[in-house]
Amino acid sequence: MPTTAWSIPILSSEKIDVRYVAKLASLALSDDEIDRFGAQLADLLTHVDALAELDTSAVPATAQVIESRNVARPDAVAPCLDRETVLAQAPARQGAFFRVPRIIAS
Amino acid sequence: MSDAAARSATAIAADVQAGRVSAREITEKALARVAAVEPRVGAYLTVLDAAARAAADRVDACIRAGERLPLAGVPLAIKDNMALAGSRTTAASKILADWVAPYTATAVARLLAAGAIPIGKANLDEFAMGSSCENSALGTTRNPYDLERVPGGSSGGSAAAVAAGEATIALGSDTGGSIREPAAFCNVVGFKPTYGRVSRYGLIAFASSLDQIGPLAHTVADAALVYDAIAGGDPMDATSLDRPVEPASARLRDDLRGCKIGIVRQFDTQTLGDDVDAVYRRAYRDLEALGAELVEVTLPTADYGLATYYLIAPAECSSNLARFDGVRYGLRVDADDVREMYARTRAAGFGPEVKRRILIGTYALSSGYYDAYYVRAQKARTLIARDFERAFQSCDLIAAPAASCPAFRFNAKSDPYSMYLMDYYTIPMSLAGLPALSVPCGWVTPDGSTRPMPLGLQLCGPLFSEPLLLGAAHAYESATGHARAHRPALDEAVDHV
Repeated sequence: MPTTAWSIPILSSEKIDVRYVAKLASLALSDDEIDRFGAQLADLLTHVDALAELDTSAVPATAQVIESRNVARPDAVAPCLDRETVLAQAPARQGAFFRVPRIIAS
Repeated sequence: MSDAAARSATAIAADVQAGRVSAREITEKALARVAAVEPRVGAYLTVLDAAARAAADRVDACIRAGERLPLAGVPLAIKDNMALAGSRTTAASKILADWVAPYTATAVARLLAAGAIPIGKANLDEFAMGSSCENSALGTTRNPYDLERVPGGSSGGSAAAVAAGEATIALGSDTGGSIREPAAFCNVVGFKPTYGRVSRYGLIAFASSLDQIGPLAHTVADAALVYDAIAGGDPMDATSLDRPVEPASARLRDDLRGCKIGIVRQFDTQTLGDDVDAVYRRAYRDLEALGAELVEVTLPTADYGLATYYLIAPAECSSNLARFDGVRYGLRVDADDVREMYARTRAAGFGPEVKRRILIGTYALSSGYYDAYYVRAQKARTLIARDFERAFQSCDLIAAPAASCPAFRFNAKSDPYSMYLMDYYTIPMSLAGLPALSVPCGWVTPDGSTRPMPLGLQLCGPLFSEPLLLGAAHAYESATGHARAHRPALDEAVDHV
């Protein structure tokens, strides 16, 4: 039986919930940015719609072009970055730790 | 050019090696050139005066001790998305504006070990996202051939530094054309090796299945010299390949006899305007005159390259840039709640283009859209790679434009998609992981301007064909010499100083 063309619709005409996408991306956006990026994202997606013209029903996905293989290194102890060097770049620290705002409510 | 930094890397290294000049003298001349032209060009985000002098003194000591260094004393510009221990490394982003790299990128380390002198960290589009360098959050870089025009991007600072004589060689990174397009815009050679050929350890990641480090230089021979020094596997980058590297410097040639070069039917240059079309037609004829046999090839899915790229690259960017959260390094904007801290930090730290791509990528990867966008793009990518495989059954190399136009004026591409179109000719090769370069191929004078601007011929080969590709580009460059036809717009002024 012949395979039918891959049928997942491309939904660019659908209203994109930019606020939700921004939340997923951990980006605080202003109302202006929501409007502007929303329009630009919708515009880009109209160009991307062209991909629906390609019959990819029998085509494997390419994640990267070079032969993929597992890479293992010898399990040997080697020097790594010094802790002080790393912590010196931290926006906030407490002793040997990165300090962050409260994560779990009291 | 009389400036030390404008001479070829090959000549500088030979002179330093033979003791005719010291690395320190070369370095002082390069730094003086930087001081003279940098206020107008703005190629660098950081000039490494002290590090450059220290490196030069080390190189001179090595030479006195009898060491042989293939890049002895050669001034180097490093795109500022590559780490150099102890130097500010910003990716041209406010989120990393004050980050000091605690380690050195492998490609940079290999060039320093070969005797190169780090002159400065070069400007780029923020996180390498852009085609004009206008997306830099930290500085403006101008095209040395017309200061009213962009240098291209994202490796715009690297290309401008070499073009302006502020460095002899540069490292750039290319995800969809970010070495080749600025090279074309700035009259230099820009070379993207095969994906996986050069370690990305220490390169700030944008799109990991596409990113590749490569050289920019005045000549193909210099680009080959840099390539030979940086290519090869690296235990610190699991995606780098440890297959042996055939040195390209040894394979430079003077003719193209026996070489079949494919001209892509879909890349009809007539649509680019009469003057640009004429340059490319002449370039193809020149390849033929050097002994190449021109054959027509087709890349039926090349037209889908942009759509494919602008799903895959943003998807990978949205994932890679998740690490910038204000916790371990970089900017933090405080808030009472950790999620709010992330969101405010990223809002303040990223510029508009980076936000746009994070949003596109997050959307394309989000539940319900992943198959329709991301997976479909990955399948299209397979078709594009297969097109090239088929094409290379009837030719050895492919010739094409590097960009659809010469360098444009600032703010000329205000609509994001019109900027994305700049990558039309370079993206298909990137998606297929192929080695490709841009070599100067002629000049056109844009409408409303009196200054001729350079164009670049893109040559592309099968995976791991670097020696053949650089060899052929050298033959074309030697026979035509287009790069030498005009000098940067800076020099009339500087020569009077």
